[in-house]
Amino acid sequence: MSYISISSSSRPLSDSKYPLLRVDWLIILLYIALLAFGWLSLCGASHEIGDTDFISWGTRTGKQLVWICCAFGLGFVLLMLDDRYFDQLTDILYVLALLLLFVTPFIARDIKGSLSWIQIGSVNLQPAEFAKCITALAVAKLCNQYGFALDNMHNLLRASALVLLPMLLIILQKETGSALVYLAFFLVFYREGMPGSFLFTGFAAIVYFVVGIRFSEELLPATKTSVGEFSVLTLIWIFSIGMVRVYCPHSRHTGRLASGGLITMATALLVSRFVVPFDVAWAQLGFCLFTVGYLIWQALSERLHQYFYIAVFALGSMTFFYSSDYVMNHVLKAHQQSRIRVLLGMDTDFSGAGYNVNQSKIAIGSGGLEGKGFMNGTQTKLKYVPEQDTDFIFCTVGEEEGFVGSATVLLLFLGLILRLLYLAERQTSKFGRVYGYSVLSIFLFHVFINVGMVMGLTPVIGIPLPFFSYGGSSLWGFTLLLFIFLRIDAGNTLQQQRR
Amino acid sequence: MVRELNFENRKFVIGGIAVTIIVIYLIRLFTLQLMSDDYKKNADSNAFRKDIQYPSRGLITDRKGRLLVYNEPSYNIMVIMNDQRGIDTLDFCSTIGITRDEYIRRMDDIKSKKSYSRHTPQLFMSQIPAEEFSMFREKLFRFKGFSIEKRSVRHYAHGMGAHILGDVGEVNESDIEEDDYYKSGDHIGKLGVERSYEKQLRGEKGMRIMLRDARGRTQGHYQNGKYDKAPIPGKNITLSIDMDLQALAESLLQGKLGAIVAIEPSTGEILCMASSPTYDPRILVGRERGKIYRTLSRDPHKPLLNRAMMGTYPPGSTFKLSQALIGLQEGSIDPQIAFPCHHGFNYKGLHLGCHGHSSPTPLVPAIGTSCNAYFCWNLYRLLSNKRKYGSIQAAMTRWKDHLVAMGFGYRLGTDLPGEQRGMIPNADYYDKHYNKSWNPLTVISISIGQGEVTATPLQIANLAATIANRGHYYIPHVARSIQGSSLDTLYLRPRHTMVSPHWYEYAVAGMRRAVLSGTCRAANLPGIEVCGKTGTAQNRGHDHSAFMGFAPMDKPQIAVSVYVENGGYGNVYGVPLGALIMEQYLNGHLSPASQAKAEMFRNRHIKYSSTER
Repeated sequence: MSYISISSSSRPLSDSKYPLLRVDWLIILLYIALLAFGWLSLCGASHEIGDTDFISWGTRTGKQLVWICCAFGLGFVLLMLDDRYFDQLTDILYVLALLLLFVTPFIARDIKGSLSWIQIGSVNLQPAEFAKCITALAVAKLCNQYGFALDNMHNLLRASALVLLPMLLIILQKETGSALVYLAFFLVFYREGMPGSFLFTGFAAIVYFVVGIRFSEELLPATKTSVGEFSVLTLIWIFSIGMVRVYCPHSRHTGRLASGGLITMATALLVSRFVVPFDVAWAQLGFCLFTVGYLIWQALSERLHQYFYIAVFALGSMTFFYSSDYVMNHVLKAHQQSRIRVLLGMDTDFSGAGYNVNQSKIAIGSGGLEGKGFMNGTQTKLKYVPEQDTDFIFCTVGEEEGFVGSATVLLLFLGLILRLLYLAERQTSKFGRVYGYSVLSIFLFHVFINVGMVMGLTPVIGIPLPFFSYGGSSLWGFTLLLFIFLRIDAGNTLQQQRR
Repeated sequence: MVRELNFENRKFVIGGIAVTIIVIYLIRLFTLQLMSDDYKKNADSNAFRKDIQYPSRGLITDRKGRLLVYNEPSYNIMVIMNDQRGIDTLDFCSTIGITRDEYIRRMDDIKSKKSYSRHTPQLFMSQIPAEEFSMFREKLFRFKGFSIEKRSVRHYAHGMGAHILGDVGEVNESDIEEDDYYKSGDHIGKLGVERSYEKQLRGEKGMRIMLRDARGRTQGHYQNGKYDKAPIPGKNITLSIDMDLQALAESLLQGKLGAIVAIEPSTGEILCMASSPTYDPRILVGRERGKIYRTLSRDPHKPLLNRAMMGTYPPGSTFKLSQALIGLQEGSIDPQIAFPCHHGFNYKGLHLGCHGHSSPTPLVPAIGTSCNAYFCWNLYRLLSNKRKYGSIQAAMTRWKDHLVAMGFGYRLGTDLPGEQRGMIPNADYYDKHYNKSWNPLTVISISIGQGEVTATPLQIANLAATIANRGHYYIPHVARSIQGSSLDTLYLRPRHTMVSPHWYEYAVAGMRRAVLSGTCRAANLPGIEVCGKTGTAQNRGHDHSAFMGFAPMDKPQIAVSVYVENGGYGNVYGVPLGALIMEQYLNGHLSPASQAKAEMFRNRHIKYSSTER
């Protein structure tokens, strides 16, 4: 097994003369299709019925058209660059990006509470958009080192630091949404060897929180236990048994723990039903604690540290659940609680974030199968949906182009992401592969959060929909991200041909 | 190698995640757009419109429940640009009494606003007078796209108390930024009680959620008004102000610059707070508000300034009471000790004059005759007691701490905006000022309320109230009760000074003596034991005339301070005005003789040059 590091290869310059011929044209096609679709949606979102002027500089669509042309130019330039530069310049670019992110809040203009925009002449730039690409390069370069794998703690910490540093600086700019995008890199880490249990733990935490809070006010029949607490404790029990089964395949304890838990729960429920109603969660909690103790004892007696980790997982799960419950009810302010409650569908709120989401759901829902037609959306025209040409632009697609149009957009994105996955896997260098995965993870995260938010499935986090949302910075940021990868890929194909 | 292969399989997991997300979203899209009827019940595709409903603002009454501020309906003309067409501009303009140019200007203004939308009602003109409004309403059907919005406007029952009541105006950008309750065009309290109790008075806006069709026409309540919210009216506020007393105080100050403050010592409630010159609060209402406000703010006598708590003056001899109390507590004097006064304080070549009276005098007569020398000796002994304090700086700090505990030097924290703190110098101040070379004689004039010391008339009244209470005070406040909620506990807790209560009896005795046989004989009211103290504050121009007092001596019901700029000796304006205020409050009316006296003072005006201040 050998990696071919780009920087160490000494192929003549002439080989990389015609990267345009070897570039992956399918991606470029998808890119142009999404841009075109995005610009048309922007016309719908930012113009009123009857407007015909879409291209003059005074309109948002006109400006966006200029940004798109610039993006094409940028893409072309990137393809003509020698791909060795990306690797060589990464360190210095990363340091510069951190510096820029650090000074941004001090020189930025306050735009709606966010300190992330730098004004240069008449143009506002958002450094956070460009930092994503540079961070991806830095992570790729780190992973490209000989023998570097993410299945050991030390390397994982180094890689995480690379990602968390810019993330922290962006949080200081009060741009939490843009900062959260960096979480996408953990998907890359997973591909490069980070233990899957890390991803699973994150997933479990979200499930505990959502289920625990969402059903905390409904009581299980004939008990004094809330459905939320009951479900979460049951989940912890199931997850723990599942982990024992996966990580210690030959263990005898799976059956014992499963039957023990079942008997405990059944007894508790029956007692509560027929003898005296009580809080069944105490019985479950008791059994979970027993499980923890049992696993630790097994870890000690069988000398298998897997048991120990599973015990830590179970204990951590319980701690997380009860502390999140406490934080929700005692630490958070009333308005923060209400935001979470609205998000989880426990309250209806027509004045705050709930209003936006409700309006955008109406706009999408009113589109029907074929939509109302280009420039005929009424919900968006009446300005019911806020931020309709930036974060909430997908609802214009839903309203004007209907299910057909919005499904097409989603499938185009899926196509782009899967094609990127295919290209990333075919990279000969680890540098290219990690970078490719970073690109696709970032796209996936943006689509996941943005489209989910507009349809009321994910929290309202203000991040743009790639190629659709109005704004030059994000468009160039995504173009940069994509075309650097295309250039690396083109370089790879060259090498394969040479061999 | 095996490990590497394992990881490569993870591409299926990642691809699977992507596919799962998109599939879930496609299902969601499908249910939103094709399965559910909720979002497109109406073929016209309904949408919401949030109609704001404005609450009525709380009423303000005086301590006896007499109405001071109330609301009257007023009407705004709104326009939806998209709907207005074919207006007979000439007819329109003549109906509401504007010119064609103004019509065009207003239309242009609307379009240039940041929040402009063609589909929602925009404010065309606010606060239409009643008669023009009724004409307009009759013709409204002819003006397509125009509508009427009902708001209310504040009315002031009497032309007094402007500084206390304050006023209401449109919110500005910074108000909106600070509190997102406010939207452009909303009203907010700008001054006085209207501002300090804005949150209680304003109430809570309500909201109706209306359904509209694609053309923006209203179709009715969303879900039969399930999510509508009725406006919550603002809370009524009862002030501690006595309307009659306030009226008398304001009239007595006519033609003079100055302030009168009266406090109920047992609660800290402000009974009246007059500042002169003042203005009629009724003129700051309506469309002309901005213009009139500008005129007032340019007036050289500053009618907008509430001198009672924003004017900082040398307190003069009224300050001596605080000095006597500090001296007694610190032991630099005792009630028996007497100091010589040979027409003033003479020591080490320094001379500070005093008027003629018997000498030497102990404490009580010294207060009664307002002997300067006595209080100079007091401060001199205090500051030069190195044995007790170690240094003059430490002694000075102790002195300052006493005064701060009495409410001087910092804002008292009253419930009206804009209070000033006055000035009590500390050791640091003199160290800087005199480059550390200063001695008790350098600063001796602060002992008689001159020099660097300044205080607001409110702080002086508070000193009188503290003496009346024998050692404690409540932060003076103008709100007596708020409908449905209690007063801030800030105003219900007694604040104790650092002087023990028994020393206060000597201060009371001194002030009683001043009324019986000293400088304030004119304050002697038949049947009421009045205590008082004059003040004559030197300044660059003519002396300021000041007075503070309280009555009755044993169960004090009112403490008062009077300050008249350039009024001369304390007994020229201070004493008689203070006496009239106490008489009015304690008896509920003025005797015929006092009425004549009041009339005389109303007509006695002081000439001020308009450039001086």
